[in-house]
Amino acid sequence: MSITQDFNTSLKAVFGQIFGDDVTSPKIRRLSGGASQETWHVSREDKRAILRRAPNGVSRARSSAAIGLAKEAQLIEAAREAGIPVPEVLHVLTPPDGLGDGFLMSHISGETIARPILRDEQFASAREALAQQCGHALAGIHCIPTTTLPDLPESGGLQQLSQYEAIYRGFGVSRPVFELAIAFLQDTAPTAAPLVLVHGDFRLGNLMVNESGLAAILDWELAHLGDPREDLAWICVNSWRFGQSQNRVGGFGQIEDFLAAYHEAGGAAFTPKDIDWWEMLGSLKWGIMCMIMYEAFRSGADPSVERAAIGRRVSETEMDLLNLLEAHNA
Amino acid sequence: MHNQPSVAELLQAVKSFIDETATPNLSGHAAFHARVASNVLGTALRDLADRPANDSAERGRLVALLTSLPEADLDSLNEILCQKIRNRELSSESPGLLNHLKQTTMAQLRVDQPHYSGLRTAENAGD
Repeated sequence: MSITQDFNTSLKAVFGQIFGDDVTSPKIRRLSGGASQETWHVSREDKRAILRRAPNGVSRARSSAAIGLAKEAQLIEAAREAGIPVPEVLHVLTPPDGLGDGFLMSHISGETIARPILRDEQFASAREALAQQCGHALAGIHCIPTTTLPDLPESGGLQQLSQYEAIYRGFGVSRPVFELAIAFLQDTAPTAAPLVLVHGDFRLGNLMVNESGLAAILDWELAHLGDPREDLAWICVNSWRFGQSQNRVGGFGQIEDFLAAYHEAGGAAFTPKDIDWWEMLGSLKWGIMCMIMYEAFRSGADPSVERAAIGRRVSETEMDLLNLLEAHNA
Repeated sequence: MHNQPSVAELLQAVKSFIDETATPNLSGHAAFHARVASNVLGTALRDLADRPANDSAERGRLVALLTSLPEADLDSLNEILCQKIRNRELSSESPGLLNHLKQTTMAQLRVDQPHYSGLRTAENAGD
């Protein structure tokens, strides 16, 4: 049998375990894939599931911070028990399944791509509701008792700053804006808040949105124990406003509504100013991530035009960092 | 060496081919990458046109800011600037530093991603 036939047969068997065997094979459709994880849509009539697995089944963490797919499934289950909108984990893959590392989860309808969510009439009411819904959901995540969770890496703001600084230094290039942001963040770091479960990549692109708003929080791969302001600020980073800079929260919402909803649902009381340091750290991190992706091109590991192009997006984050520094000085 | 067509003309020809002929016949991942490729050629064309003036203006500002040797090259000047920021000899409150970096980054973004929202924010904030 070919690899594709093996894959289809194995997936049919797992699908049968979940929904009951049937002579008809499920339809299998690739949704996305590439450097990080593969996503497949598997369906037979009205029964639908999503397979999220490592590329070709082989785990190769996209970042040293990634927690692995089995742990990701555990976190999604913990979030579901806490009433957070997430898919239902249907099956965690084991070696006898023959599909590698990954899990199957319930299919949730909606849109993940930022531009239609931010622009299409269809999502007009969703946009009105999203800031509040995101505030509530993040409070829920941050309130999950960390003692009930699997072992997770701990990573606070200053730790991340020095981690990313080391990566930047490793490239051996002179980027004065990054130097200025690093020095400013080192000199103005806020006191760390008590550690909570942090999603780690909470922004449009990883949120399933339907016409009423937030339907599910996806991609828990970068979850860790950290400072709650990291999640609150990451979605505010200008790169994740997708052109709608005037709406600080994800390009759709106002920070006051977002933080009020967060506090109302049991999260700590933060002011918009409390988010500033973390937003600047977020822009710096994204800028250095763009450098990492360009490095994959430069080194020959990934010769795609897309990896080359991303090197010319580092200046976007430099502009954002300067705008933030200027606003701070004003 | 001959320069007819020029590098810019050659790049423009390829960009037009991608936009007008290739992309309409592609779908999915290939269409996405074709659009990225076209944008990359746009950046390359703007870089060719703007780099000499941008580099010279950046260099002039750095020499003034660092009261440095007028013959130093751009890379060494930026390395010195980075050291001074690391050593806290210069900060975001030092006269002229933020303005210099803003001018440099705005010029860079007009080449790299002229439609980026942060560029509009910077332009509207004034200097």
